[in-house]
Amino acid sequence: MLPTLLEHTSTRVNAEIDPVLHIWGWEIAVYLFLGGLVAGLLILSSLLLWRPRDTAPARILQLAPLVALVLLSLGMGTLFLDLAYKLHVFRFYLAFRPTSPMSWGAWILVLIYPVAALSGLLALGPELQGKLLKKLPLVGVLAWAQRQRQVLLGATLAGGVGLGIYTGLLLGTLTARIQWNTAVLGPLFLTSGLSSGAAFLLLFKLDEADRHRLVRWDMLALAVEGVLIASMVLGFANAGAAGQLAADALLGGAWTASFWSLVVVMGIAVPLVLESIEIKKHLPLVAVTPALVLLGGLALRAVLLAAGQDSGFRLLP
Amino acid sequence: MNGEKRYVMVVDTRLCVGCKACVLACKAENNTPDGYCRDWIVEDIWGIFPNLRAEIRSERCNHCSNAPCVDACPTGASHKVEGGIVLVDHDKCTGCKACIASCPYDARYVHPEGYVDKCTFCAHRVASGKTTACVAICPTKTLHFGDVSDPHGEVAQLLASRRHKVLHPETGCEPNLYFLT
Amino acid sequence: MQRRDFIKITGTTALGVAVATSLGLPKSGQAESDPGTDGDHTVATFCELCFWKCGVLAHVKDGKVTKIVGNPMHPLSNGALCPRGTGGTGLLYDPDRLKKPMIRVGERGAQKFKEVEWPEALDFVANKLKEIATKHGPEAVALFVHGFGGSFFRHLLNAYGSDNVGQPSHAQCRGAREVGFQLTFGAPLGSPEVIDLENSRAIALIGSHLGENMHNTQVQEFAKAIECGAQLVVVDPRFSTAAGKARYWLPIKPGTDIALLLAWIHVMLGEGLYDREYIAKYAIGLEQLRAHVADKTPEWASLETGLDPAQIVDSIRLLAGARPAALLHPGRHTAWYGDDTQRARAMAIVNALLGNYGRRGGFYFPTKLGVPKYAGVPEFAHTFKRAPDRPKGKVFPFGDEGLAHGLRDATIPGTADYDLKAWIVYGTNLVQALPEPKKTLEAIQHLELLVAIDVLPAEIVGYADVVLPEATYLERWDDVVVTPYKSQYIAVRQPAVAPLYDSKPGWWIAKELANRLGLGAYFPWNDASELVKARLEAGKFDVAAVLKNGVALGPGKPVFLEDGAPASFATPSKKIELFSQQLADAGLDPLPNYTPPEEPPRGQFRLLMGRTPTHTFGRTTNNRFLSEIYSENELWLNAQVARDMGLDDGAQVRLTNQDGVKSTPLRLKATQRIRPDCVFMVHGYGHTAPGLRFAKGRGVDDTALVSRSKIDPVFGGTGMNVNFVAIERA
Ligand SMILES: Nc1nc2c(c(=O)[nH]1)N[C@H]1C(S)=C(S)[C@@H](COP(=O)(O)OP(=O)(O)OC[C@H]3O[C@@H](n4cnc5c(=O)[nH]c(N)nc54)[C@H](O)[C@@H]3O)O[C@H]1N2
Ligand SMILES: Nc1nc2c(c(=O)[nH]1)N[C@H]1C(S)=C(S)[C@@H](COP(=O)(O)OP(=O)(O)OC[C@H]3O[C@@H](n4cnc5c(=O)[nH]c(N)nc54)[C@H](O)[C@@H]3O)O[C@H]1N2
Ligand code: SF4
Ligand code: SF4
Ligand code: SF4
Ligand code: SF4
Ligand code: SF4
Ligand SMILES: [Mo]
Repeated sequence: MLPTLLEHTSTRVNAEIDPVLHIWGWEIAVYLFLGGLVAGLLILSSLLLWRPRDTAPARILQLAPLVALVLLSLGMGTLFLDLAYKLHVFRFYLAFRPTSPMSWGAWILVLIYPVAALSGLLALGPELQGKLLKKLPLVGVLAWAQRQRQVLLGATLAGGVGLGIYTGLLLGTLTARIQWNTAVLGPLFLTSGLSSGAAFLLLFKLDEADRHRLVRWDMLALAVEGVLIASMVLGFANAGAAGQLAADALLGGAWTASFWSLVVVMGIAVPLVLESIEIKKHLPLVAVTPALVLLGGLALRAVLLAAGQDSGFRLLP
Repeated sequence: MNGEKRYVMVVDTRLCVGCKACVLACKAENNTPDGYCRDWIVEDIWGIFPNLRAEIRSERCNHCSNAPCVDACPTGASHKVEGGIVLVDHDKCTGCKACIASCPYDARYVHPEGYVDKCTFCAHRVASGKTTACVAICPTKTLHFGDVSDPHGEVAQLLASRRHKVLHPETGCEPNLYFLT
Repeated sequence: MQRRDFIKITGTTALGVAVATSLGLPKSGQAESDPGTDGDHTVATFCELCFWKCGVLAHVKDGKVTKIVGNPMHPLSNGALCPRGTGGTGLLYDPDRLKKPMIRVGERGAQKFKEVEWPEALDFVANKLKEIATKHGPEAVALFVHGFGGSFFRHLLNAYGSDNVGQPSHAQCRGAREVGFQLTFGAPLGSPEVIDLENSRAIALIGSHLGENMHNTQVQEFAKAIECGAQLVVVDPRFSTAAGKARYWLPIKPGTDIALLLAWIHVMLGEGLYDREYIAKYAIGLEQLRAHVADKTPEWASLETGLDPAQIVDSIRLLAGARPAALLHPGRHTAWYGDDTQRARAMAIVNALLGNYGRRGGFYFPTKLGVPKYAGVPEFAHTFKRAPDRPKGKVFPFGDEGLAHGLRDATIPGTADYDLKAWIVYGTNLVQALPEPKKTLEAIQHLELLVAIDVLPAEIVGYADVVLPEATYLERWDDVVVTPYKSQYIAVRQPAVAPLYDSKPGWWIAKELANRLGLGAYFPWNDASELVKARLEAGKFDVAAVLKNGVALGPGKPVFLEDGAPASFATPSKKIELFSQQLADAGLDPLPNYTPPEEPPRGQFRLLMGRTPTHTFGRTTNNRFLSEIYSENELWLNAQVARDMGLDDGAQVRLTNQDGVKSTPLRLKATQRIRPDCVFMVHGYGHTAPGLRFAKGRGVDDTALVSRSKIDPVFGGTGMNVNFVAIERA
């Protein structure tokens, strides 16, 4: 039998690659977080607006697609900041590579723009629309969109779902990183995006029914997240040397403290408790809970992004 | 000849002394920026004094047959050319680093100019019939480069006659860097 | 990416999308991967990053050397190079190079200089030399030298009237084994050593850490031997690279090799493993040897060396089983413990018993190609005074090269037969090369003149009165190289580019000085290219071809007995002298005796030194290209010991030696790869010279900790592995 490996030295000291991979920093964490949040926003707002209602929906629901656009632009901004060759950003749009989640993402992002912009414009109300339309030759489009409201909502929903899946898959398909190499990562990021979207909306004034619905959805999403995280960790623990390594990072390694304190306790457990109290006792806990959920969502991306980069095959014998 | 051209490198770990001539020759040939390298030396020691065993490997991009870096690239900058050599077209590269994250061997890095860089199997030399710079310099003849689809060629012969391994076959990448043990 | 491309690309956007996937594999990556480092022409010359002299081809593009590769025609490189050979550009374009002649203005060693023009610097040196010749006689001038270009300065010094030449590469390096083998076989080993590694079937390395010691051809042959299935025995307190390839690694206690060698001889004679026929035919002294080792059993050696007796027996059986194609590498840097010539003798004796001298896979009788001297160089008019390279009244009976440390010591007034007053220092950094560096600095303060001819502002340069910047090997001509080797060849050095800055080739500096000293007749050629071409023409070489190829190969001659080379042992008995009457007559041990080395005091470790493949001593540690790898040395310490001391791998530690010399901090390498009683570091780091802006302060200077050395009674060399250090967290 081979004696244990004791000393491993490598002359390679390439910046951002050694001693552990650290090519992606806060920019990508924020990008993934905002991507998830936008996905959640688009999905939830179109669901809430799906059935026509008697009274006008809350302002934030109407504006959701436009807010999403702003957040998405922010996210694309941080993605751009991360690019090492910024001048070549246009290259994303000279090709479509079906095998590359990054390529899917790039295209999804641009496809969402017109859809979300249209739904946002529709929600602006006749007055603002009138002002804008004088300047922009959009009358025809808007009239068409008005007629196809349901189609547009559907497209927005689809865009949200696509974006949500993409932000999950981006890391999940990078199987070279043991920590990301799990089927749970996609659903986890999608769910977390939904709960972030809900939390974001909950920061604003809503009518009681919407509010109630959102809190319930958020609780559901948080609970699912909890289950997914548990199954991820258990999955690692039962997946041989590679999985062990990934599990170790979260159960007694470099990322344990931040993962459990920020992601699990602060971002999931505490909000769940607070929300259930809120629902039972009808307490208006306005900003605190959603803020925790949002921070938890960001922490989830940040921690898994870093832990994953830190989990290459080089650590395996 | 037997099928498509496939370039491989065969590294005889029994002969390698870890001198790093291959690393420096690569830097000189390819004008690699200061502080970065396309190939590197790994030394593994097993055991406890005085019962020790050593393995020295000269490593670089594996030019994987099933290259996840090519799949991950959104622009087509990472691509394959004849013989299975995996290259990065600097002009198409955005520096998004998806390919770096997707490479299980950490063979790539971001060139200070922004594009991603890595071993090219010295495609520019190979195209004009020369061997790679690292192979040419190696004083111990540890390194061998060639088309493995030629059953009478040096690399195919070595693989046929010697015990060998690839690194982390479990990645499914089908690496083309073979280590004789 | 250029603006033009951008426009082109955006213009074709619509078409470009998504076509890429469907087209199949492009033909080749030539255009996109070509970094353009091929030269517009190449110049064949030979390397000077160390002293092995491998043939290289320098690629030159737009007047700049872009890369250096091996010359396939040159027998020492065979197209391949060691890592340092690639790094010539790092020396040529080192921003810290000496750029202009300088004359000292401050205190000696205060590093204050003024830049001057060449005539002023040369006049200054010549006037001083004239003055010293009148005042003290020409023998008061010593030359310290390392490197091929030094030949011109030796010639100059001889013409001037002194032959006091010291090379640290002798008494601090090869001297012991040259003398030991000369005493035994009648010939030194030379460089390249006359060993046929490639055909050897079993090789023993006593310390020689091939693979870290990167003499190109030797490593090539070493690998070829392993490839062909040769078995290795590596005797080293450290699990060296070579040990990692060995059948037997003998982690010997430092300084006890003679005990092991005597036990090997004991086993060989006891078990009849030696070559009876060969010994009977070519050697004398077998019976004395037999008596000498009668009690040197493996069990006895085991107690001294810390090795397993079974391993001692098995390893020599393995070696003997392959004889005569079995070989104990004679070592190169053998200046270890002060009994080094005797250890070399013991190694020579084992080799003799293997019957390998003059045999394939053993040692060869070298051959060389003749090149006539330049016609018309006058003979020297005088006989030289014997060098004062030993303490007054002291005799070292053997060895005929000057002792560098001895010449240094003779500079301290009243200690030697006569005092030295001036040093010419060419390509040797005496401050780091000689043990007891304090003495070196003291000696320097007694000098009336110190001239340094160098390419970089090394430590020694900082102490000079006059600094003469030499052009690097890539910028100059040198004399023709004629190397005794197993095949016949000669090689030339020619400039790849013109000298940068105001640097000048050594031949020019020597000739200009000669002119000023009235010795111009000794340098009758106009320039070194004329010297080279005239010699080649006189030798009937095709000059154009030699210059194009960098080498000329000769027809070759048999170098092994089995191919008809005549046996020739130039000892007094004309035989291999197992028992050395010469040593006996000089009052020294005629057969090697083992004396146990001193034990390190409690809490201290024996300090061992060696090489790293990518550097040549401190010569290349300022080379930024080569320093991409291993830019500072580290301290190897046994991992268990480190744990017991509470020191982690990578910790910063500081060393204090037995004389209280403290080192700067360096990184600890806690490793299983070394015995618990010694530590190891790579020589050549820890520069203090301010001009070496890259290397200064990186790593630790081992020489500073070599404040003691042991003198070899046979030839006067310095053993340097006799210092002990304590380790503390920095
Ligand atoms: N890369 C590179 N190569 C070089 C040089 C260089 O600077 N750089 N320099 C060249 C020159 S000039 C020389 S002289 C040679 C020197 O190279 P060698 O002659 O091979 O080596 P040394 O420096 O004598 O020996 C160092 C080895 O001896 C071991 N050793 C120390 N003490 C003992 C002992 O008591 N017994 C035994 N058996 N082993 C011991 C050390 O652990 C170490 O592995 O290298 C040449 N090659
Ligand atoms: N402590 C300790 N001391 C040792 C050793 C050790 O292992 N430990 N090793 C010993 C051994 S084996 C040897 S061989 C000696 C070698 O020691 P040295 O004789 O000092 O040899 P180098 O270090 O090669 O010499 C380096 C000097 O040559 C200069 N130089 C480089 N190229 C040129 C050139 O083209 N022209 C000129 N004019 N100068 C040039 C460099 O700038 C530098 O100043 O050291 C010995 N001293
Ligand atoms: S040049 Fe050859 S021997 Fe040296 S490290 Fe590279 S592969 Fe190994
Ligand atoms: S080793 Fe890495 S960079 Fe090279 S082909 Fe394989 S995945 Fe791509
Ligand atoms: S960094 Fe460049 S080569 Fe790598 S995936 Fe992105 S675009 Fe492709
Ligand atoms: S094949 Fe060429 S690019 Fe790749 S490591 Fe060797 S020298 Fe460098
Ligand atoms: S052994 Fe290396 S450094 Fe020495 S001459 Fe040859 S190539 Fe140059
Ligand atoms: Mo040496």
